[in-house]
Amino acid sequence: MTLRLVLAGAILLLALLPVLNRMPAESALHVSDFVVSVSGKWITYAVLALAIDLAWGYAGILSLGHGAFFALGGYAIGMHLMRLIGPRGVYGHPVLPDFMVFLGYQKLPWYWLGFDHFPFAILMAMAVPGLLALVVGYLAFRSRITGVYLSIITQALTYALMLAFFRNDMGFGGNNGFTDFKELLGMPLNTPNARSVLFYASLVLLVLSLWLCSVITRSKLGRVLVAIRDAESRVRFLGYDVTQHKLFVFVLSAVLAGLAGALYVPQVGIINPGEFSPGNSIEAVIWVAVGGRGTLVGALLGAFSVNALKTWLTTVAPDLWLFALGGLFVAVTLFLPRGLIGLFTKAPK
Amino acid sequence: MRRHLLGLFLALLLAWPAAAQDRFASALAGLGEGFGQTAEVVERLGALGDPRAIPLLQALQDGQLRRTPAGTVLLPDGRDAATGQPGDATGAEAVRINNRVRQALRGALGRLQLLSPDAEARRQAAEAVFRSPAPENVPLLDAALAKETDPGIRAQLELALAASQLRADDAAAKRDAVARLGTAATTEARALLIEARAANPDLATAIDVSIAAIEQRLAVRRAVETLFQGLSLGSVLLLAALGLAVTFGVMGVINMAHGEFVMLGAYATFVVQELCRGIPWLAPWSLPLAVPAAFLVTALAGAALERGLIRHLYGRPLETLLMTFGVGMIIQQAVRLAFGAQNREVTSPSWMQGTLTFPGGIAMTQNRLWIIVFGIFVLLLVVAAIRFTRFGLEMRAVVQNRRIAATMGIRTGRVDAMTFAFGSGLAGLAGVALSQIDNVSPNLGTGYIIDSFMVVVFGGVGSLAGTLVGALTLGVVNKVLEPYAGAVLAKVCVLVAIMLFIQRRPKGLFALKGRAAES
Amino acid sequence: MNAAASPAPAPQPLLYLDGVSVVFDGFKALNSLSLIVDPGELRAIIGPNGAGKTTMMDVITGKTRPTEGVVRFRDHDLTRLDEATIANLGIGRKFQKPTMFDALTVFENLELALKAPRGPVACLRWVLGGGDRARIAQTLEEVGLTARAHDRAGVLSHGQQQWLEIGMLLMQDPELLLVDEPVAGMTDQETEHTAALLVRIAGQRSVVVVEHDLEFVRALGSKVTVLCEGALLSEGSIDHVQNDPRVIEVYLGR
Repeated sequence: MTLRLVLAGAILLLALLPVLNRMPAESALHVSDFVVSVSGKWITYAVLALAIDLAWGYAGILSLGHGAFFALGGYAIGMHLMRLIGPRGVYGHPVLPDFMVFLGYQKLPWYWLGFDHFPFAILMAMAVPGLLALVVGYLAFRSRITGVYLSIITQALTYALMLAFFRNDMGFGGNNGFTDFKELLGMPLNTPNARSVLFYASLVLLVLSLWLCSVITRSKLGRVLVAIRDAESRVRFLGYDVTQHKLFVFVLSAVLAGLAGALYVPQVGIINPGEFSPGNSIEAVIWVAVGGRGTLVGALLGAFSVNALKTWLTTVAPDLWLFALGGLFVAVTLFLPRGLIGLFTKAPK
Repeated sequence: MRRHLLGLFLALLLAWPAAAQDRFASALAGLGEGFGQTAEVVERLGALGDPRAIPLLQALQDGQLRRTPAGTVLLPDGRDAATGQPGDATGAEAVRINNRVRQALRGALGRLQLLSPDAEARRQAAEAVFRSPAPENVPLLDAALAKETDPGIRAQLELALAASQLRADDAAAKRDAVARLGTAATTEARALLIEARAANPDLATAIDVSIAAIEQRLAVRRAVETLFQGLSLGSVLLLAALGLAVTFGVMGVINMAHGEFVMLGAYATFVVQELCRGIPWLAPWSLPLAVPAAFLVTALAGAALERGLIRHLYGRPLETLLMTFGVGMIIQQAVRLAFGAQNREVTSPSWMQGTLTFPGGIAMTQNRLWIIVFGIFVLLLVVAAIRFTRFGLEMRAVVQNRRIAATMGIRTGRVDAMTFAFGSGLAGLAGVALSQIDNVSPNLGTGYIIDSFMVVVFGGVGSLAGTLVGALTLGVVNKVLEPYAGAVLAKVCVLVAIMLFIQRRPKGLFALKGRAAES
Repeated sequence: MNAAASPAPAPQPLLYLDGVSVVFDGFKALNSLSLIVDPGELRAIIGPNGAGKTTMMDVITGKTRPTEGVVRFRDHDLTRLDEATIANLGIGRKFQKPTMFDALTVFENLELALKAPRGPVACLRWVLGGGDRARIAQTLEEVGLTARAHDRAGVLSHGQQQWLEIGMLLMQDPELLLVDEPVAGMTDQETEHTAALLVRIAGQRSVVVVEHDLEFVRALGSKVTVLCEGALLSEGSIDHVQNDPRVIEVYLGR
């Protein structure tokens, strides 16, 4: 109960940040643009962490490829942002983004059609990760690929996608990805206004995801997922179609990750194939492990604390960051199997 | 061999008819009287085939040929080019050349060096003549062919002869040349024929037959070369996956730091090379020395990892996966700080460099051949270690039934450590091999680890035969797909294929069946 | 002996196995086994270790596919269905080693087993009704776990876990219960209670019990099937099989 109060307090505090940002700079309560933009980014990370926790912490599906769903959501919104640049690109082409002019495209590839509409882009940011998760999940769960096998397959998946997106002829900007965005929904990016709007949008997404995940984990479905995590074959003998349940939660998790990616990209102003790198996915997994998997608050705690450590350490002692991250993997698995949240609470479900 | 050739060459010199000497001297007339005339002289000398023209033309090329106002041509050592006697050098000036002369020089020297005692010079000459075909080359090429014994040079000469004959007016010779080109297996020969087809409509059918023959041979060569490249990639995958087959396949421990162990093995090779650099007689053997060194370094690292960390996580594979991934990050960063992020170069010893050419023009690089050999060697080593040693017996016993093995007096903890060290040591051996074909950098291992896991999953966990077949299949399939789909898409295709394959056989190609597979 | 309790013999058997063989790498775990279980019947299956008892249950519940043979449940060909579908047809199974969901409470374990729609969306929208609550309470009473309803299943003793497994089986409301070694780790009193429970259940459903404890099998008072090396060795009353010389040779006498 206290935990829930702390959580509510933390979310309220977050919600105040853009307001405090508008305070005069000399005020003691003023927070810098940097804090707002970094927090906005972390909120999308927290949604990604929730998505991973739902699949791993509850259903035991350790995906090492969730970064791919995040990146696909980011690319979907990135395509929309590229279309909105219009003739303001360096080459000034009325329709084609700069990289396409540069690569000699004559017209927009068919899979870019529709991305000039914001609702379509958001729909795709959910549908593409969701469909990919549906196909991969169906193939994997149906043939009962579980545990580390699933982890390896999903890691290979994001690796393959990274290689594919690096290619120029994929039509997604190759190496450089998308950047130099101008505006979204009629508001110029990189203004305090846009920052606030994106920040609140992310916060709303976080609260909604938290609500959805909490409804699921409190329902009988949540208990079925925990049962699948602990004794998958026993659940089958009780008459549950394990494939369906896993697929449900995996696809939902991918959609949440995609939405998180869609809000991440306009805030950082760039998306490139590096987002697909297997290291990103596994780093996101460690947020959840550090915070405490199998608890929704743990996922949030992990996402914020690890990223806070990262931001601090990469400015103070950049060489040490990878040691610290590697050390976190080791320390959490060996000494803190229930994560930071385990320090404050009794044994979870 | 060389001395024999030299003798032959001297005999040839002595036998040269006196009339030719006169022709040589008279051919020199006009040299240095303008670029156009100089070029003509060069071409005349080239057609003449007198070996004395070689030093002269080379001197001309280097700008060291001089000419007196009286018209005497002086070699760099001061002798008169026409007579071979020391000449009067008063007022002599260097003969200047322009591009037209240079072009003529290349052709002429090429033709003349066809008779050089140096095989490499003859090879280059044959190539030069092939690139500038002309009817007047024919007699010279015939003469060269009559004496040539080296099969590689002969093939090149034949090609050059055919090319020159095609430029001549002799229809029978042309037909003969077309037929002869049809026995070649090179893209050059094909290009020559395609070029000739436009110029000789009367020979079109014969040319088409020859082209078809060449294309068939080229296709065979491409197939063999693709197969070789696939086997080469496959043996790299095999080396990287063998260690996983032991740690993951036999022990069930998923070690995500395996790629970093491979990288450590490559760096061990680099360090051994640097240590040997100071000792000249040892330097060529640094690579064989690196094999045990890399094995030891990574085996020790593996034993430390198993005893220190992994054994606390037995029975928790997902945690092991995350933990070892973290260890991998730490190793990678430590190496990056110690050796720098840039690529380190490990040079191949001379006995591993170069390309072997097999009949039919099939070329294989030596170091890739060596990697295939090394892969087979390591595979046999693993099989022998598991089948025929006490350690292998204890290892199998512990895998089958840990508790009973313990009651029989086997120290299972020690066996675990040794098995893991063995698997890690194999990663080090893979690193030695990779140092020969890839950049030695801190993230060397990351590129191979995912493919290696795919090999193990595809081949079937716990089966060495599966690992072998899996590695070679993935290697060959990758290389076969590459020309059609590109390297990246080939990888994606292979991944999708594996996912679909697992649908049919979830336990891999060589699955354990029955109760052993259930537990 | 149990004829008085069971309904009139149905025209069609509930479970029908004919010529079922299972081969693992050349080892015949089941060798042309045939078995018929009628509706409402209670059947005990005994046999030495490795006789194929567990493999037989695996085949019936879809865990293992037979190499050859016919496995039918009413009109359904069980060799073509997966575990979940078979369970939903009305075949419940209690495993030899109690396996439940340690992280969930006793109550939640029973709730999961309760017969109800099994799809993900149905589970998400599921609300526990008063009737369901009553059924769970009744089962808790039956298996003596009322006091521990809100403890996590992982902390129960071995005997209590056995009872929880039986309770979960009851919640599934199956037509056929496959019960693998139900009394291992139970006290004599609990064993008697279990025998009585199974006999009572057999009135409405078919029960197949695999057990080593011959006293328990005698207490069931049912027809006994003896398996040996994957094949049927003997069938009949407990007294009949105990006096069968072949049975004595492989299993009882020694």
